[in-house]
Order: sequence, then C-alpha cells, then structure tokens
Amino acid sequence: MSAKNLFKLFKIRGGIHPDDCKTLSAAKNIIDLPIPALLHIPLQQHIGAAAQALVNRGDLVKKGQLLARSQGAISAPVHAPTSGKIMGVGGYPAHHPSGLLVRTITLKPDMKDEWLSSLKAVQEPFKLTPEEITNKVAQAGIVGMGGATFPSAVKLKLRSRYNLQTLVINGAECEPYLTCDDRLMQEESEHVINGIRLMAYALGVDKIIVAIENNKPLAQQAMTHAADSYNNIQIIDLPAHYPMGSEKHLVQTLTGKEVPARGLTADIGIVVHNVATALAVHNALCHGHPLISRVMTVSGNAIKEPNNIHVLLGTPLSCLIDFCGDFKQEPEKLVSGGPMMGQPISDTRIPVVKGSNGLLALTTEEINSQQEMPCIRCSSCVQACPCGLIPLEMASHIRNGSLDTSVNLGLLDCIACGSCSYVCPAHIPLVQYFNYAKGELTSRQRTQHKQGETKRLTEARSKRMEAIKKAKREKMLQRKKEMAAKKKQQAEKNETGV
Amino acid sequence: MNNLPLISGPYNHSSATVPKIMLYVMLALIPATVFGLYQFGWPAIFLFAVCIVTVVLAEALSLKLSGKPVGIFLMDGSAILTGWLLAMTLPPWAPWWIAVLGGLIAIIIGKQVFGGIGQNLFNPAMVARVALLISFPLEMTLFTTPAPLFSTTSPDFMSSLFITFSGSVQLDAYTGATTLGHIKTELGRGIELQQAQFATDSLWQLTLGNTGGSLGETSAPLLLAGGIFLLYKRVISWYIPVSMLGTLFFLAAIFHLLDTQLYVDPFTHLMSGAAILGAFFIATDLVTSPVSIRGQLVFGAGCGLLVYVIRTWAGYPEGVAFAVMLMNAFTPLIDHYLKPRIYGRDVKGQPITYNSEAEDNS
Repeated sequence: MSAKNLFKLFKIRGGIHPDDCKTLSAAKNIIDLPIPALLHIPLQQHIGAAAQALVNRGDLVKKGQLLARSQGAISAPVHAPTSGKIMGVGGYPAHHPSGLLVRTITLKPDMKDEWLSSLKAVQEPFKLTPEEITNKVAQAGIVGMGGATFPSAVKLKLRSRYNLQTLVINGAECEPYLTCDDRLMQEESEHVINGIRLMAYALGVDKIIVAIENNKPLAQQAMTHAADSYNNIQIIDLPAHYPMGSEKHLVQTLTGKEVPARGLTADIGIVVHNVATALAVHNALCHGHPLISRVMTVSGNAIKEPNNIHVLLGTPLSCLIDFCGDFKQEPEKLVSGGPMMGQPISDTRIPVVKGSNGLLALTTEEINSQQEMPCIRCSSCVQACPCGLIPLEMASHIRNGSLDTSVNLGLLDCIACGSCSYVCPAHIPLVQYFNYAKGELTSRQRTQHKQGETKRLTEARSKRMEAIKKAKREKMLQRKKEMAAKKKQQAEKNETGV
Repeated sequence: MNNLPLISGPYNHSSATVPKIMLYVMLALIPATVFGLYQFGWPAIFLFAVCIVTVVLAEALSLKLSGKPVGIFLMDGSAILTGWLLAMTLPPWAPWWIAVLGGLIAIIIGKQVFGGIGQNLFNPAMVARVALLISFPLEMTLFTTPAPLFSTTSPDFMSSLFITFSGSVQLDAYTGATTLGHIKTELGRGIELQQAQFATDSLWQLTLGNTGGSLGETSAPLLLAGGIFLLYKRVISWYIPVSMLGTLFFLAAIFHLLDTQLYVDPFTHLMSGAAILGAFFIATDLVTSPVSIRGQLVFGAGCGLLVYVIRTWAGYPEGVAFAVMLMNAFTPLIDHYLKPRIYGRDVKGQPITYNSEAEDNS
C-alpha cells in the first residue's frame, strides 16, 4: 500500500509555499539530551487553569512522580521529569515573550533517574473502557503537543457531546524548519500507531486518517508500514502547503467541509490530534509513564549543529543551545516553535515546556525583515489568507483604533498563521496588529466584566441597605402604632375606671 | 540577539518588496515603450525624458514638504512608474509643457495630496491625462503618424528639440487622426462605417502598432507580452484584464452584429487605442483597484463597459482614462460589498451549519 492513494483531497484557499528549510535537521536521528543540572518545571504548560503544586522545598521526588495536580475542568497535572530534590516553588521567567515570572517548581536532579515504582503499565489497554483510557491520559498530563497544548483528555471526552466518526492525526508539520514529528514518525512509527489506535478507541471512532505532507516521504513510508495490518488506518499524502497543519484547514483538505465559525472540528464529526500526542498516549498506557519529556527540533542557520533532541521538560533552552555546539554567529532572533507562528524568546534561561516543538536561532538573512512601507493595496494578503479575510483593511482599522470594525471584518476568525505578513511586499507586521487587537479586546472585555461586576455588587449593596432601612422604618412605625394603641387602651381603661 | 521590541512573527518573509513590484511593471513596459520611442522618434524620447524628470522632482519636493524620508520613498519607483505610464498615454510629439504639467498634476494632485503612495483614490497617471485632455484638447489630440527613428520621415535631433521644446511648428505635415478618432468624426458626419474605415489603418496595422496614437499604446503584441510577464510574476492577476477586455469584446460583438454599418467591429476595439495598455497596466493599478477576486471581476467588467459606452456614444473617441477613473471611484464601494467569504461562515457572515448532513451521517 502506498501513501499516494486514491483519497480525494480538497483545495484550501490561500496559503503560501515558504522554503521549508527542513534539510538542516531532517536527517538527524533523535538523540537524548543528558540530564541538566537544574530543571525548572512551570505549573502552567497548557491552556486552562494552572496546576496546583503538591511538593515543597526539600522534598525528594522520583521520576514520574506527581508534582502538581490539575485544577478544574480544563487543566493538566505536572510530573517530575527525573528523580531529585525540590529546590523550591516560586517565580521563574515564563515560556512567553513577556518573560514574566510564573510559578515554577525547581528540581535538582540526583542523576540516578529512578522511576517511581508505583507507575505500572496497563497489560491489555484495549480491555479498558474508553473512560478509563481518557482518565489515564488526563492523569499523565498529556496535552496537545503540536503547540496548542490543549489538554488531550478533554478532547477525548468529546464523544459524549458530539457525533464523531473520524480521528485525524496531524502529521502535516507545515512549519518550516521543524522535523521533530517527521523523525518521530520514522523512528517510533509502531508506538505512534499504537497510541493512535488507543485514542480512536477512547473516542469510539473506527476511521483513522494519518495525514502527512509530501515533503516527508520517509515518514509516510514508515507509517504506512506500521499501519499495514490495520485496515481502518489510512495514511494520506498531503501537498506541502502552509498552513496545512491548521486543524481547520487540514480537515477541509480531507473532507471538503469547513468547520463552522467559533465551532470545533467535532461539529463535523472529526477530532484532530498530533503525532507526538499519540506517542505520549502510548507511553502513558503501555509504560505507565506520564508526560515528562518531548522531542524538539533545534535548528536555524545561526546554530552550529541543528538536531532533533529528546529533552526533559523543564530543561533550560541554554542547555539545548550548548548541546548543539552553541551559535555559529550571533542570531538575529531566537524563536520557540516554527518561524511562522513561533514566539520570540528574550531569555535563554526559560524552560522547555510540553508545547515546545522547536528552538530556532535565525540569522538576519533568514528572517528577511525590512523597513515597513505604506500599504499599496496589492491584495497579496487577501489572496494569501486561508480564512477569506482582508488583512489590509483589518490592520488599517486597528491602526486607527477602531477595533470593533476589525472584529466585524472577521478579526476573531483569524488563525494568526502569518501568511499575510509573509507575502506583504510592504513588510507590514500584520500579525502584530491582529495580536495587539485581540489582546486589547480581551483586556477590554475583562475591564468591562469587572465594571459590570462592581456595578452589580454596588447596586445589590444599596438595595440591601435600602431594604434594611425600610425594615427598620416599618418596625419603628409598628412600634409607634403599638405604643399608640397601648396608650389609647390605657386611657380608655382609666376612663372606665373613673 | 537584538534587544528591539519583540514583534509577532512570522520570522520569515517572501522576497517580495514594493520596489520589486514597481520594477517588474517597468520591465513589462520596456518593449512597448522602446517600440513607441523608436516609432515616433526623437520628440517622443524628449517627451518621455521630461515626464520622468518632472515626476521625480515633484515627488522629491512633495516628500520633503510632507516631512517623509525622500530617499526611501523615491527609491520605491512608484513615481517613476507614474511618469512612465503618463508618457505612454501622451501624444508623442506633444510640447514639453504638457509633460511637465502632466507630471506635476499626477504626482502632486493625483497622489501626494491624498497622502502619498497607497493612499490615492484615482490612478495618478489617469488624473493627469484626463486633466490635460480637458484643459488642452488641441495639444492632446494632435497625433503623429509613425515616423520611425533614422527613417527619412523622422525629424533629426535638432528639429526634434524644436518640436518638443519650442512649439508646434509645421506639425500639420505629420499629423493624422487616430483610427478611433477618425471613425468617430466620420460617423458624426453621417458617413457609413465601411467607408469611414476605408481611410484608416488596417486591423493588421492596428495590431502591430504601425499606426498613429499615444506614445506607448500602439503595439498590442508588445503590451500583451508585458502583461503576460506581469501575470507570470504574479504582480497582477488575470481577473481585471480578462473581464475588461472580455466585456469590451462582448459588447462590441453584439452591437456590431446588430448593425455592422454603425458599430465598429470588436477586433478593432481591442487592437486600437489604449484597450490593451489600459487592461494590463492602468486598470490593474494595485492601489486603485479592488482587492477581492469578485471585486476585481466587477471592476474590470465596469471598465470594459464604460470604455465601450464612451467610445461609441460619448463625445470622445477614446475612453480608457475616463472609464478607469470612474471605476476607481467605485473601488471603495466594491470593496465594501464584495468581500471574500470567511472560512466557516456563509456569505452573510453567519456560522455555517451542518444539521441535516450530521443526521444523515449517523
């Protein structure tokens, strides 16, 4: 069975074809990074509520031990990446462009790397109920490892609310430079397929599609081979086309159907998971191992030796840079993730988290950033937008401060893929405008909510005070009346008495 | 690592730049321009040079006055392109002051008053051409019959200087009406089309450009080659040229079939005047045309319709400049109403629903 099958694919609008730059690291085997001297494990490595720390300074922990438990419906626990001593729980620069401090557990490895003995593999995972599998995935702290970091168990529970038919595994890896999913599919294809089957079982769907872009022929081969004995798994050969890895566009390519605005892929019966997530599910069930490490691509022309590295969560990025032979030249920019949607990094002390798929040291030539010029309305951005938006108009409204107009133009339908900025001949940082506007709108909403709450509370208070006053007044009147009645009675008594 | 403010990605960019776009358009104009300059000789070359010098000076002055960095904006090439396009649409032996006035109008009134590059509502070159045509109808309609460089009919260097810089001496010896102009005049006198066309250049001559007309509009194949180059380089897309020429051809064909004695045939419409130049280089002006595909189709069709209406029923024999400017005025409206459909939403902007299908699948 070849990957180039007769599956009908649908075209998506817009998109771009950037130089994929994957040859820098595509041929490099995944290698383990030695345990670093210190690990910094943030409590917030996922979308949702931060985990709550269960350990204190001085505690000794084993590898895989629960360090912080999940809080609330959308959250994920955090586990110890190796055995060692807790040095403290406190603020540490976040994996975020702001570099603000977030609550982080600092662990000093004892270099023995001893697993917690109570972690047990499930002998026959397919004998568990889907709910039990979902619970194990939740307990293992697994989140979407393509970068979105949405807790995976929440997505596996969608079966209760949606009519699902298909599990799509996103092996597009459409971001330039990144090769970690490519390598995983080649080196761990059997385990990835097993993880995929477990997820499909948990979701209660039979049909599985593994979609891989055609710039990864070896991964396609390996996955096809591994999936050979399962009739319900189809390996699909996708055209290399950014942003194919956007789940909305991947689903459209595979089915021709669009995900309704503000909706989920589950609305059309599909759940999308990432390749690395599938491997994490396999590890959680077949080895009992929680999510404590991941594979990352370190690449870019400024790094001496690009690599695909298996790294413990919490490892400072500086360790990865040192391991890759340091910089060849001073990088213009360090980016976490891919060059299209990754985040800029200002500090190499920040740690690897569950969603880190790449670390790029990019040179000035690679970034090709130039002075911003006025928009010439060339409509390149309109043609490149995979969501049918008009980036140039949205940006000009945002620049003038009319954020509401930009929302009417579809700002909230923007997936921030960066295709518009990539093609803009005037080098206008369109995504920057959109991100600014989205942030500003969120903060306005928050302020509005707060004001509403304050108003509500004030009104409630004055109402309460009013009610108390009224009650007092009424009581007083009552008493006066009673007094008057008494007096009257007294008077009458006196009269009759006389 | 630099310590500049951290700006959102992408940290990756295509090689496209504004100067590159302008450069491609100029490259695409070269064949037709060289042909025009050769065909109309030294006066045309002088006129072209005056145009370019004027727009560059006007642009530099405006930028300085508005406090913008002169070097960067002058190097984007947009002013030179405007001057170039203006020169293409002038009568080749027009006096120097026509070019100077045109250049000043194009850059200062047509572009910089609106706020500079990207801000103008109307195509600057067409603003200038229309202003000149209305203000100086005589100078703007005095077309020379071809007199190729180094041929016997071509004026030498010195007398050419005289033609361009000191006024129209003995110009009558060289001039003749354009095909469209001649047909218009003759039809106006009640003469039948066939007879009127008898005296004009043949369709073959029109096609090759061996005919009187504006400096750069005469050679359809060379303009077409330039247009195809722009399409290949993705500077323009096919929507505007095809819908504009298609509409013009379609209308001309219908009316010609209705009355062959009153309405010019569609091929003459396409090959004469500024139809090809307008469709590939003027109407497709990025700044002043709509941004969506449907918008561009409507815009192009509107241009084609207006060109035909003006040529056939209005007072001017040629209407590309008017047509494009009128449609420029509609561009904001078109952009407002014809937006692409947003992913996951229907044409009205409501989220799409799959109610019936979801039930079918279950």
